[in-house]
Amino acid sequence: MTETITASGMSPAVAALFIFVLACFIGYYVIWGVTPSLHTPLISLTNAISGIIIVGAILVTGSENATSLEQGLGFVAVLLASVNIFGGFAVTQRMLSMFRKKEK
Amino acid sequence: MLNANTLAIAYLISASLFILGLKGLTHPSTARRGNYLAMFGMGLAIVVTLFSPAVQNYSLIFAGLAIGAVIGIVVAMKIDMKAMPQLVAAFHSLVGLTAVLVAIGTFTEHAASGIIDGVMLVELSIGSFIGAITFTGSLIAFGKLQGLLSGNPIVFKGQHMLNLALGLVTLGLVIQFSQNSSLTTLLVITVIALALGFLLIIPIGGADMPVVVSMLNSYSGWAAAATGFTLQNNALIVTGALVGFSGAILSFIMCRAMNRSFISVILGGFGGSDDDEESAAMQAANQGVKSAAVEDLAFMIENANRLIVVPGYGMAVAQAQHALKELTDILDERGVEVKFAIHPVAGRMPGHMNVLLAESDIPYDHVVEMDEINPEFATTDVALVVGANDVTNPAAKTDKSSPIYGMPILDVEKAKYIFVIKRSMRPGYSGIENLLYFRDNCSMVFGDAKDVCE
Repeated sequence: MTETITASGMSPAVAALFIFVLACFIGYYVIWGVTPSLHTPLISLTNAISGIIIVGAILVTGSENATSLEQGLGFVAVLLASVNIFGGFAVTQRMLSMFRKKEK
Repeated sequence: MLNANTLAIAYLISASLFILGLKGLTHPSTARRGNYLAMFGMGLAIVVTLFSPAVQNYSLIFAGLAIGAVIGIVVAMKIDMKAMPQLVAAFHSLVGLTAVLVAIGTFTEHAASGIIDGVMLVELSIGSFIGAITFTGSLIAFGKLQGLLSGNPIVFKGQHMLNLALGLVTLGLVIQFSQNSSLTTLLVITVIALALGFLLIIPIGGADMPVVVSMLNSYSGWAAAATGFTLQNNALIVTGALVGFSGAILSFIMCRAMNRSFISVILGGFGGSDDDEESAAMQAANQGVKSAAVEDLAFMIENANRLIVVPGYGMAVAQAQHALKELTDILDERGVEVKFAIHPVAGRMPGHMNVLLAESDIPYDHVVEMDEINPEFATTDVALVVGANDVTNPAAKTDKSSPIYGMPILDVEKAKYIFVIKRSMRPGYSGIENLLYFRDNCSMVFGDAKDVCE
């Protein structure tokens, strides 16, 4: 898991920080571009994609040496994140399908 | 089985799809495609994770996914659009709790196999800490929005000192945890964070709910990012940063629209609602407000060239948006130009009004944001305020002693005639009298917003 393969000799934590800070800049510029009329779908969509935390939940649940307690924790985590993902995308879809131009 | 590099590339594609998905929300015409891109990114991330060599047991994962999918989709399809803020708050709490569970599960698994170092322990405790705050904070926000808890701010003496003390204790515990790596310490940190989430949200009043919803949106992102640091998973880090910034920017926009500083919102105590209701018409007479009959309103509107409707949460409560849609259609046929003016904090979450109007089939090109529509009020014959209050109050411009002084408002007062549809003279969520109602060109139409529109 903890692999230090970066040629520069960066520690994994610093490499992660590097990516994190750059992603913050992307977030800043992309979000300012979102039209105010779509701020509610923006919240529900960001909510859906924050369900990406399910990756962590899957890793906990599926681990070879997970105890039954850890499997239990992981299962609940997968379930909650899944509600978030499916619910978030579905409700975003529902809202966006209502935004129509004037039909002539 | 996929190797680490293949996984990393797949996560990179997922993260890029999320960025493109959010970018799609730049315009309503590209928004649906954006949502599909994000869905695809999520699907990819989940599938490749399932094929990761670290994952060996599948049955529980599939069970969790399936149950979650059913619950999520059913809720999403059934939810009333008026209740979106509550739904979002509930979803945020799920992300928070997931972050806590993942942090604890990851810790015990890694501690058992011995691959754990000080940096990772700090990351783990931060993940659990932010997750726990998000969880209880969102539950309180949900309770307030749903009306299970009072919307009034709950403040007690020494509240901020207590929060500060808890924060400092946590800091000490995190340092301790990075050395002793004891599960108990992690759990204590988590419990303190659960309490903090509760304490941070109870003092915030109903009027500031749009900020709270965006703020918790931001927290849920930081929770995901912190988990990403622990797992060294770039998809989580990038996504967490995007979501975190999204919420932070929305909070900033909401604060700016209310002329409040973020700090003052966090400290709370603003906006109680008092329920003493006098006979509306009587009170109006006392205060020199003109009240108009529905027929007058109808006559004025029919003969206007241009009408601007200013909707507020009161419209949603009365379900008047559908009646407004019919009104718009009728006026459209008669050649009256109808527009809807949206203040950034109208409704209970950012963009809430736009969704409610879209739901009743009002085309989005008729719905205009504050900065764009304000110059148009001066050339407008009739402004119709439906269930909105503070966002139209000229006191924000003229009365230095008013709590909302300096808040950007819709320049409704500049319209030739103003009609305000309202149930009573009761002040709004923030409890402030609206000076607009005392202007000469303004008339009140008392009644349920829906009935009046019909």
